Amino acid sequence: MIWFGAILLLLVAISGFAVVCTRDVTSQVIALSFYGLLMALTFFFFQAPDVALSQITVGAVALPLMVMLAISRMKFRKAHMPDSSSGEEHD
Amino acid sequence: MTERLRARIFFVAGFIFLALYFCAALNLPPWGDYRGPYGDFISRMVVYQRHATDAVNAINYDYRGFDTLGEEFILFTAVLGVMMLLRRRADTATREANKIKETRKLSISVQVVNFPVFFVTVVFGFYIGLHGQLTPGGGFQAGVILASALLLVYICENTEAFQRITSHRAVEVSEALGAASYALIGLAALCLGVPFLTNILPLGTTGDVFSGGNIALISACVGVEVTAAFLLVIYSYLEEIVTGEVPEE
Amino acid sequence: MPHVLASLPYFVAGWLFFCGLYGLTTSRHLVHAVISLAVLQSSTYMLLLGIGYRTGGTAPVFVDISPGRLTVDPVVQALMLTDIVVEAVVVALLLAMVVKAYEKSGSVSPSDLRTLRG
Repeated sequence: MIWFGAILLLLVAISGFAVVCTRDVTSQVIALSFYGLLMALTFFFFQAPDVALSQITVGAVALPLMVMLAISRMKFRKAHMPDSSSGEEHD
Repeated sequence: MTERLRARIFFVAGFIFLALYFCAALNLPPWGDYRGPYGDFISRMVVYQRHATDAVNAINYDYRGFDTLGEEFILFTAVLGVMMLLRRRADTATREANKIKETRKLSISVQVVNFPVFFVTVVFGFYIGLHGQLTPGGGFQAGVILASALLLVYICENTEAFQRITSHRAVEVSEALGAASYALIGLAALCLGVPFLTNILPLGTTGDVFSGGNIALISACVGVEVTAAFLLVIYSYLEEIVTGEVPEE
Repeated sequence: MPHVLASLPYFVAGWLFFCGLYGLTTSRHLVHAVISLAVLQSSTYMLLLGIGYRTGGTAPVFVDISPGRLTVDPVVQALMLTDIVVEAVVVALLLAMVVKAYEKSGSVSPSDLRTLRG
């Protein structure tokens, strides 16, 4: 049983590194969502159902949602305000 | 400082930190060997003292209620910050932006599934919020679930309904009321001559929905506040996109 | 239990902290930096959870178990629970700053921020 927990912890470590190493922001959101889900699974294994529930709702839904909203707002601004976004593209 | 140099300095410092940290971690109590007295004490006493079966929520909304009040106001202030940064002032001149890709039709399956799923999510959110003192759940989770239910309306591209709900004045009012009533529940205890945030309501029968005294009430306040907070944040981001108006330069 | 396994959660916590810092220092996109900060923050959950866990302990929910049962520590769980939800809104605040910086300067690179004025 302890080995299952160890494998989960290692998966969290790897996926955390993967989230940071993903340079494209839109794919990073998906990685972050997966990382949050894996984190929730780990919490569940650690006998913390309250925390797991909150991590599922926040880590897998709300947090990626916030990032997506910010990205979509920046894209919207870029598409509709040609004069203010004359700088070079970093997306 | 160039990017290269910065990364190099970071790697030197970071690996020294990791090595020292790993050495220190080896001397911590081993994994699975919890020694602190507080958790055990609360686990043993919570059912007798508070008639609540979920120790985590009893700590959250009762034993450490003051701490949660602080977290609550972090949430409140952060939402205020988001609104101040992203909402435009009412008197700003705006112009119509061209609407984005209105031609794409939503698949019929999304439209059909969305409606029942919305109600299931709302019911689930209320269930989680109202049973916080009994089973895992509580106001914080319920708030996020209820707010994401409203998002389903937006996904269905019913932007008009979404805008009507989230831009409603009541959302802002309930955000403020949720935060205020938490503090007021604490002050009510002061009026009775006991310390701030003391559990003053009747404790009820263990296992009942109306048990645990203050816990359910505070959890409900937190639920209202978190729901309103997420709706406000989401609408602040989406305001320009759903109304199709951008401020004039 | 082997020696290394006995400290594994603490190692993972330190590693996530390191990863978050690495992302922050080498970031070329402000949104990327904010997400790295979220990863950095989640290392504290791992640390707290590793401290509160107990082999053979059950979740501290006494619906169908007697209050005398051995449970994991509920205090650290309560600490994390509020923090997870608050974290999402704080990330939203940081992203709002990113959006504003982008609207003012037209760039999302952190290295362009020093040219930002008032």
